[in-house]
Amino acid sequence: MGSIFNAQQIVNGLQVGSIYALIALGYTMVYGIVRLINFAHGDFYMIGAYAAYGAFYLFNASLGGKTGIVAFLVLAASMAASGAVALLANKLAYKPLRYKPKLSSLITAIGVSMFLEYFFSALPVIGPSYRSFPEIIPRTDITVGGAIISNYVVIDIAVAAILMVSLTLLVRKSSLGKAMRAVSQDKDAARLMGINVEKIISFTFLIGGAFAGAAGLLAGMTYPRIFPYMGIQPGLKAFIAAVLGGIGNIPGAVLGAYIMGLAETFASAYNSLIGEGISFAILILVLLIRPTGLLGEKTADKI
Amino acid sequence: MMLSVKNLKVCYGKIEAIKDVSFDVPDGKIVTLIGANGAGKTTTLRALSGLEKCASGTVTLDGRNITNMEAHMLVPLGIAHVPEGRKIFPTLTVKENLELAGWTVKNKKEVKRRMEEVFSIFPRIKERASQLGGTLSGGEQQMLAVGRALVTGGKLLLLDEPSMGLAPVLVDEIFEQIVSINKKGTTILLVEQNAAEALAIADFAYVLEVGYTTLNGTAKEIEANPRVREAYLGV
Repeated sequence: MGSIFNAQQIVNGLQVGSIYALIALGYTMVYGIVRLINFAHGDFYMIGAYAAYGAFYLFNASLGGKTGIVAFLVLAASMAASGAVALLANKLAYKPLRYKPKLSSLITAIGVSMFLEYFFSALPVIGPSYRSFPEIIPRTDITVGGAIISNYVVIDIAVAAILMVSLTLLVRKSSLGKAMRAVSQDKDAARLMGINVEKIISFTFLIGGAFAGAAGLLAGMTYPRIFPYMGIQPGLKAFIAAVLGGIGNIPGAVLGAYIMGLAETFASAYNSLIGEGISFAILILVLLIRPTGLLGEKTADKI
Repeated sequence: MMLSVKNLKVCYGKIEAIKDVSFDVPDGKIVTLIGANGAGKTTTLRALSGLEKCASGTVTLDGRNITNMEAHMLVPLGIAHVPEGRKIFPTLTVKENLELAGWTVKNKKEVKRRMEEVFSIFPRIKERASQLGGTLSGGEQQMLAVGRALVTGGKLLLLDEPSMGLAPVLVDEIFEQIVSINKKGTTILLVEQNAAEALAIADFAYVLEVGYTTLNGTAKEIEANPRVREAYLGV
């Protein structure tokens, strides 16, 4: 048993956790501000991966060789594309139902998710089949204390960390972050402060989508195979991570994501089938013992 | 005339919460709307600040038609609504609550100046500046709610039941501050169930009954009205 908790597994777990964390943040932010479980969020991640794929071939043709610049532009493109789709989904699908019963929005979210998956499968340029993702940055491995660490591990963890620290600063320190917190607490009171609530909601969708897009790029690089349904599984896992940490709570989503990433990796090292199921087992356990999630507070209407 | 409301009607679905409400709020005065629970006082204020849609009627602010404008657009025009239940942001600090009230004010130095003014009016809020809004007592929350309205730079304060749930000594303190804020030039529309306190500080008063404005006059006249004395003042 001791052998599964080695340095290699911890590194792998943190890598998976970083990708889950970027997706989980969008779930939790959107829930926090409009009390909606946006089931299309995993598909924003898929769009990020495809945008990165397209952007790489576009930029690499003109800027070939300048790896750093190309990688940065690809990251920007994946974040922009997913952010834009998230904005559009909010505007076209969720906003008209904002003050209607919650169930309508929830079902709409499932509809948006299926629409994006089937639409992308049907688009001739994308199609339903797998594509292998290009090696945007050449992969190299180094061995540290018995663990093989590829530069992708470092990139995944570092990009996630930078984005998460920026988000924390934005939410905690900036006046926009204050407005986001205010809107999530009391929309009427926020309006009376002169805050355009719909703008703040749009901004939240934009940020959440952009983070999912970045996760799509990182996942595409790390597990170099993309397809229109690739968002379902990680989306579900990230949703569980957000619930695990206490949905609506930003640090909770990150905590939940890393717990899930590590637990899954350890369990997979023991038995790959258990690895797939462990996240659900953890979710059930946590919800039994602490229904609000690890860092959550309120119990009121969860879905 | 600061605010003029004509034949206002507000519906929640099929229910008419406000049927026909008309009143005027002159510049620099305190006007109070008194009435029983469910008469439509809160709904009237919510319609004025843009939180509810008006089914019909017109609202004008300084001669400008503001009927059905969005709430966040009305704030820079000078409408400052201190809502029922205060609606303090519980997990923002007192200071952050006040800073947010300056959202539409471009000049952040001006926001700072107004915050200092609020701190001088309500020293207890200053002591609590770094505490979370949710940890304040009811009286302190009311002071913070009024403070936020002042930071928005409102020229017309809409106060919804500022005395609600407060100890009598605090009610007196709040009402004294309302009078002094008014003396400095802010016009006030005060909605109260505590009719005696409200009439004591108001210039003009309107009685609201089941969605209609039924009586109006100077606060003195209304206070002397036998019906009002029986129904609202308990004498």
